[in-house]
Amino acid sequence: MQRFSVRNCVKKKREEARSVAEQTSTANAWPANPADLIPQGRKRLGWSLLAVASLALLAIIVVQILYKTEMSTVGFDTWRPVIYAYILWGAALGAWQVLTRGEDGQRALFLLPALLFTIAMVIFPTLFGFYIALTDWNLSSFAGRRFNGLDNFWQMLADPYYRNALFNMVLYVLAVLVEYVIAFGLALLLNAQISARKFFRVVFLLPLMLSPVAVSWMVGKSLMEYRFGPAATLARHLGWDNPAFFSDPITARISIMMLDAWTFIPFMMIMLLAGLQAMSREVLEAARVDGATAWQTFWQVTFPLMLPVSVTAVILRIIFKLKLADIIITLTSGGPGGATDSVSSFIYREYRDRSNVGYGTMLAMAYLIIIVVFVTWLLKVASRFVRNVN
Amino acid sequence: MSVQTTDYTVSEIRSPAAFITSRVFIYGALVFWAFVCLFPIYWTITTSFKSAVDVTQGHLIPFVDFTPDWKGWRSLGLSPDSIFQTSTVRDEFLKRFMNSVITSVGASALAIIIGSLAAYGLVRYRYKFAWFRNEDISFFFLSQLILPPVVLALPFLVLYREVALLDTRIGLVLLYTLMVLPIVIWIMRDQFNSIPVELEEAALVDGLSIWGAFFRIVMPIALPGMVAAFILAMVLCWNEYFFAALLTSTDAKTIPVMVASQTGSQGINWWSMAALATAAIAPLAIIGIALERYLIMGMTAGSVK
Repeated sequence: MQRFSVRNCVKKKREEARSVAEQTSTANAWPANPADLIPQGRKRLGWSLLAVASLALLAIIVVQILYKTEMSTVGFDTWRPVIYAYILWGAALGAWQVLTRGEDGQRALFLLPALLFTIAMVIFPTLFGFYIALTDWNLSSFAGRRFNGLDNFWQMLADPYYRNALFNMVLYVLAVLVEYVIAFGLALLLNAQISARKFFRVVFLLPLMLSPVAVSWMVGKSLMEYRFGPAATLARHLGWDNPAFFSDPITARISIMMLDAWTFIPFMMIMLLAGLQAMSREVLEAARVDGATAWQTFWQVTFPLMLPVSVTAVILRIIFKLKLADIIITLTSGGPGGATDSVSSFIYREYRDRSNVGYGTMLAMAYLIIIVVFVTWLLKVASRFVRNVN
Repeated sequence: MSVQTTDYTVSEIRSPAAFITSRVFIYGALVFWAFVCLFPIYWTITTSFKSAVDVTQGHLIPFVDFTPDWKGWRSLGLSPDSIFQTSTVRDEFLKRFMNSVITSVGASALAIIIGSLAAYGLVRYRYKFAWFRNEDISFFFLSQLILPPVVLALPFLVLYREVALLDTRIGLVLLYTLMVLPIVIWIMRDQFNSIPVELEEAALVDGLSIWGAFFRIVMPIALPGMVAAFILAMVLCWNEYFFAALLTSTDAKTIPVMVASQTGSQGINWWSMAALATAAIAPLAIIGIALERYLIMGMTAGSVK
């Protein structure tokens, strides 16, 4: 059962007001403890509402299960009524909170929609995903799904392409450090005393707004086109005879990294710029008074002060990087020979080209566990790092 | 170090030559990066006015290198001479465009509504849900950010088929809401934290209910933050490709999916591709330029204290 306790200054203040009110009139007084003074009838109404809604939800689920397993003939074609029943149940839950717990219930109402939504959209599909991961489900085979235990898992361990995709993710994540350096440089430039600062800020921000798919077509496939693309022409002028950006594994990886960096550098740049602008002028002034050069000021004052913001920016960027997929899917489909595959794009093709739902889900779930462990570790290390330096 | 008398013009003590060098360097770097940011956009827009020869010869400057032509836009049915004629491509494009608008606006709005409520509750009240307290609930919401789309995609593919939400806009709206909800909660928590609690106290003493205080006092103050969160959510939803590519086929296809599926049998028609890409990026580019302040506000929420 839920129990919400309120410890808040708002509450305290209000209770003072209440006790005054209670002394003057008892009939219309605000109750000191709302739960005690709610009429029994109202509580009973709340409970029965919740009971009816829960029973209805359960009944619909049971009817559907019986119908779908062909044990009964009554039921709906799709599971959609279950969603409606869940929404109604959520509404009943909210009403129950308000009816039985008064003001505390009204407070719970703030949180309930988001909580019910997220639980329904994440917990259930993830659990379902773990189940699919243990089946040999292939959409193109007629057999349907069969539970096959850990077979997918063993297959995954032996899959060189998956290992390769994971290795690529390591490289892509490391590329974030280069992006960070560039973003920091740009933030410093924007923070310098320049005219037309707003113009440059807007221009630098633009790539973030552009759809990665449109970017990978117009930049990756057209601008960097081998024969006529201006980027290739420029590369030829600079002395690279054979500017094929996507044909050998290493160049292809670097090209993908560059494209992804291009769209996401503004994100880090803006965070770092905000950090720079929040820094107190006095500290920098003091460093200059002490005779520090610009270089010393940066390394010994600006950079350490910027560490917390930097760490936030880099971690957020890494989290986004771990989802990298659209550019690779549209631009190289993982090629040449899987060299540019990210885990997401690899799984995408596992489903799209081979309809391997069971195996693909196992790969996705393994990836989820890996990145949860990785991000947790990263957050720990980062918080310790920031604490040690400051 | 010798004792000097210093004043606030230390930076100008440096030699004029060094000052000019640093200016040249700063502006050089700024212009260079502005070029890096703008050239691809320039290339996209100009390519939509090129004919096949101009594309393959890499012509760059309109009126000098090549004569602009409405070719790309005509193929979309959006050029001046074809806009009043019937065009199946245009109908298709407008349908995709509307799908994108509806899904991204719908998802952002839904996320703002439930996300703001949750953020407000988490900032102002103490909850205890079984053994979960406020910090745990916040962490639960924010941790959704690391969930990669690929983990949810395949289960949702199966579940959506069961509930008949596959290839519907509602289905996409729900998923996009889930995708942007952590970001909205992150931004709005920061917003509500910056509102002094005394305002609500006063409202409550004056007899407003909790929800009345929220809607009449807190909401108007937090509106800029909501706009910021809304725009950031819009950007993410509008550009989303992964879910849209997997979960839609005919009815609910969005613009990025349409862009990605533009390979014809005789290779790619760059002019029409460029026109389509321009149309796909234009709305957000305009929003980004016009509402840049809010966008920056959203991105920097919570990172600087």
